Amino acid sequence: MSTRLVVDPVTRIEGHLRIEAQMDGNRIQSAYSSGTMVRGIETIVRGRDPRDAWAFVQRICGVCTLVHGLAGVRAVEDALDYPIPPNAELIRNLMVAAQYVHDHVMHFYHLHALDWVDVVSALSADPKATSELAQSISRHSKSSPGYFADVQQKLKGFVESGQLGIFANGYWGHPAYRLPPEANLMAVAHYLEALAWQREVAQLHAIFGGKNPHPNLVVGGVPCAISIDSGNQSGTAVDMVGLERVRSLIAEMHAFVEQVYLPDTVAIAGFYKDWFQMGEGVGNFMCYGDFPANGFGDRSSYLVPGGVILDRNLSDIREVDLNAEGEIQEFVSRSWYAYGGGKDAGLHPYAGETDFDYTGPEPPYQQLDVDGQYSWLKSPRWRGRPVEVGPLARVLMLYATGHERTRELADATLASLDLPLDALYSTMGRTAARALETQIMVEAMDGWFDRLLANIRGGDLRTFNETLWDPSTWPSTARGVGHLEAPRGALGHWIVIEDGRTANYQAVVPSTWNAGPRDAGGQPGPYEAALQGHDLADVDQPLEILRTVHSFDPCIACAVHLTDPDGEEVLRIRAR
Amino acid sequence: MTTERTLGGFLRHRGVSRRAFLKFCSAMASMMALPASSVTALAEALEQARRPSVIWLSFQECTGCTEALTRSNAPSIEGLIFDFISLDYHHTLQAASGAAAEAAREEAMHENDGQYLLLVDGSIPSVKAYSTIAGISNLDMLKEGAAGAAAIIAIGTCAAYGGLPKADPNPTGAMSVEEIVKDRPIVNIPGCPPLPLAITGLIAHYLAMGVMPELDRLGRPLAFYGENIHDRCYRRPFYDRGLFAETFDDEGARRGWCLYKLGCKAPETYNACAQIKWNQGTSFPIQSGHGCIGCSEPNFWDKGGIYDSVAMGQFGSGPKIAVAASLGAVAGAGAAVLARGKKHKTETELDSDD
Repeated sequence: MSTRLVVDPVTRIEGHLRIEAQMDGNRIQSAYSSGTMVRGIETIVRGRDPRDAWAFVQRICGVCTLVHGLAGVRAVEDALDYPIPPNAELIRNLMVAAQYVHDHVMHFYHLHALDWVDVVSALSADPKATSELAQSISRHSKSSPGYFADVQQKLKGFVESGQLGIFANGYWGHPAYRLPPEANLMAVAHYLEALAWQREVAQLHAIFGGKNPHPNLVVGGVPCAISIDSGNQSGTAVDMVGLERVRSLIAEMHAFVEQVYLPDTVAIAGFYKDWFQMGEGVGNFMCYGDFPANGFGDRSSYLVPGGVILDRNLSDIREVDLNAEGEIQEFVSRSWYAYGGGKDAGLHPYAGETDFDYTGPEPPYQQLDVDGQYSWLKSPRWRGRPVEVGPLARVLMLYATGHERTRELADATLASLDLPLDALYSTMGRTAARALETQIMVEAMDGWFDRLLANIRGGDLRTFNETLWDPSTWPSTARGVGHLEAPRGALGHWIVIEDGRTANYQAVVPSTWNAGPRDAGGQPGPYEAALQGHDLADVDQPLEILRTVHSFDPCIACAVHLTDPDGEEVLRIRAR
Repeated sequence: MTTERTLGGFLRHRGVSRRAFLKFCSAMASMMALPASSVTALAEALEQARRPSVIWLSFQECTGCTEALTRSNAPSIEGLIFDFISLDYHHTLQAASGAAAEAAREEAMHENDGQYLLLVDGSIPSVKAYSTIAGISNLDMLKEGAAGAAAIIAIGTCAAYGGLPKADPNPTGAMSVEEIVKDRPIVNIPGCPPLPLAITGLIAHYLAMGVMPELDRLGRPLAFYGENIHDRCYRRPFYDRGLFAETFDDEGARRGWCLYKLGCKAPETYNACAQIKWNQGTSFPIQSGHGCIGCSEPNFWDKGGIYDSVAMGQFGSGPKIAVAASLGAVAGAGAAVLARGKKHKTETELDSDD
C-alpha cells in the first residue's frame, strides 16, 4: 500500500525542513524535500551600500556565521577588482577553517550523533569497559573508569528526574541503534565535552572579528588592526596576547579533532558499515575551491581546488566557471516562485529573478502537493545536472587531484574499516568525509598562523587596503561573484553594483544545491535522491531518514532566499 | 511534590555540591545587581522548584541566537539545559523530529499549562505560508504557545523588534512577538545575536525569582541594556581627546583609538558588550577594530550606513537614568514594568510571597 510519510520539523538542523516520503510498505519510493520558511534578504540588500551588504547577508545564517558575510565581501572585491593584503587573506583562512572545525564537531555530536547513539542505552554501560574502549581508540586524557562512571551517574539522575528535556521522545530502543552500551556512554560523554570545547574555540572568531556568532568583516581586508606596539595599553584584541591565544586555540582544536572527533567517527562508523552502502545521492559533486596560499585571485594556489565530478568519475574533473551563463542556473518549476520567462526556464544568478508565487496548501496543512510546487528552495543545477556540494565533494576533489594528506587519511580510514573507496558514496561516507576534512583543516591552520606571525615579525602589519574604500573611486557599473568553500559546501554570492549601490544580489548556497526540490525534468535533488530506496525498520520512527538527511548537515535558512530585480513584488496566494 | 523531584534534590542527585550551588546563586545575584542578602532567598527559591519547562520556538531566524546560547559560560549551556531548566522543545538541540517533536511540544504545553517559559527567536511573517512548522503557521504556533505561557522571552532583534526580515522593504510582512502577543509578560533580549549571558542570565533570574527583572522602555532588562556602549567603551578616553582611527589599519586603528569616524554606533546603542564582552570576555566588536553596528536597537538595519558616523547630538543620552532605574529594581520600584502595563511581580512581591 502506498502511503505518505511526513517528517516535519526535521530537527537537529539549522532552519525549517520538511521531508515527505511516498512509501511502498516500509520502503521509500520517492522522497520530497521542502524548505518551509522564507525571509527575502536579497531584496532587503538591494539599493544599499555594497560595503554594508556583508552584514545583512551574514544573517542568512548564524550557524554558518562568517561564511555568508565573507562571500558578500568577496563579491564586492571581485566586482571592483579590489586586492587585499596577505595578512587579511591569512586571517580569513584561519577564520573560515576555524568555522569548519567548530561547525563540523558540533554537527557530529549535537546534530548527528543521536541518529547513531542511544542515550538511554548508555545507562547500562560498564564504566570500566567504556574506559578500555576509549583508551583503545585514542590517547584523549578524559578516559578513566571514574570519569565515565560520573557521566553515567549524571545521566542516570537526569533520566530518573522524569524530565528528559531535549532527549524527550527520542527513538530510544529503536532496533536500528546498534552501538554497545559502552560506545553509547563514550559518545554521551563526548557530546557533553564538545559542548564545553566549542565554547572555547569560538574565541578565535572573537579575537579577529569581535564576537561569535556573527563576527565582523570588512570589504578590502579584515577590520582587526594588528596592535603590536601598544605596550600595556589596550590597542586591539589582535595584540601579542591575542595572537598567543590564537595559537593555543588552534592547538585545542587540533587535539579535540585528532583525539576525539576523528576516532569517535571511525569507531561509530564501524558498527554501521551497512550505511556505507546507501544514501549516495546523485553521484555528481562540485567545489568552487578556496583557501588561497597566494592571493584569492590565484586559483592554482587554493588548498581545495574547484571543479565538478560527474557520475563518480574521479579521473575527469570538469572546470567550473561561476560567470558563465550556461553553467550555474536556478530553476523554479517545483518551487513557490514565478519566473517572467515561464516556470521551466533556468536563470544564471546575475539574471536571477524571484517573485513569491505560493501555490501550496493554506496552513495548517497535512500534506504538500508534491506533484506540483512544494518548496521555498529553488533547484540549482550545473549544466542542467544536480550536483552534491560539501565535505564529501571536497574530499573526493582533493583525493582525485592527488592531495597527499587527503589520500593518506582517506586510505587509512577506509582500510581500518575494511572498505573500498566507493564506500564514500553513502550516508556514512559523507559523515566520515566531514571528519577527514576537519583533520585536514586543523593541520592547515598551523601553517597559516605561522605565516601570519612571520609577516608580523617582518614588520608587515597591513590588514586593510584603503585604495578602493571610497565609492567615488568605483566604476559606475560593476558585477562580481564572491565564492567560498563553506563548511556545508560551495557557496556563491553574485552582486551587481550600479552608481555605488547594490542593484542586484543573489546567493546560491550549499544547502540549496543539496536540499532543493526536483527540476523541470523531474530530476530529484541530492537529499531526495539519497533517501530513495531506504527501508525503514519502523515507519512511525523514521530514524533512517534522519540519518541520511543529517549526513548532509542541512542549513535551510541559508537555502531559502529571493531576489526581485524588477522591484515588483508579484504575490499570488492560491489555497488548494 | 517529592524532594527528589525538586531542583535542589535533583542537583544533589546529579552530584552538584551545595557549595557549587550557592556559588551559582551568588554569581547570578551579582550579575543581576541584587543585594548579597538575596542569595539565600534565591537558593531557597531555586531548590524548591521542579526544573521549569522551557519551550523554544524558532520562526524567521538564522539560528544565531541558538548558537549564542551555546556559547554561554555562566551558566553554561550544559548546566542550563541539564541542571536548571527542562528544555522541552528546541529544534536545533532536541533529539525528536517530526510527530515525536510536536508531541513533545504539546505535552510540555499541556503538563505545564500556565507555568512554562516561552522563548522565541525569529520574526513572524504576516502571510502564514511564508513560514510553517509541521504545517502550522508561525503565527498560529506563537499564539498557541503564548496562551499557556507564564512569560515570553523574545530572543534576538528579529523576535524582539522584527530585525532583519522587517528591514525595508519587509518582503514577508515580518512582525515582532510583541506586535502579536498582547496579554502576556514579554521581555526582549535583542542583539544580533544577543550576548549569551543576557539570554541565560535572564532565564536564571526568572527561574530563581519567579518574575522578570526591571525593563527599559523597549522591554529590555536594565541589567544588560541599561548602559550605553560608548560610555563604557575602553576607547572612550580617545574620543574625549579627539583621537580617531581614520581607516581600518592606520596608526590610530593599531593604537585602539576611537572608531567614531568609521561609523561606530556605540553612542546610540544600549548593551553590555563593552563590560561583559563576548566569548568569555575575549573581545567585543570595537576591541577587534570594527565599529558597533547597533544590533540591539530597533530598526538598526534601516538607520543609515554601517560606516556612516552617527550624529553627535545623540551622545550619552540616558545612561545615568538607566543605572538609577536598575538600582530601583532591587528596591522593587517597578516603574518600567508599570509603564509597559505588564502584570509582572516585582522582587518585593516575591519576597512577601515567601
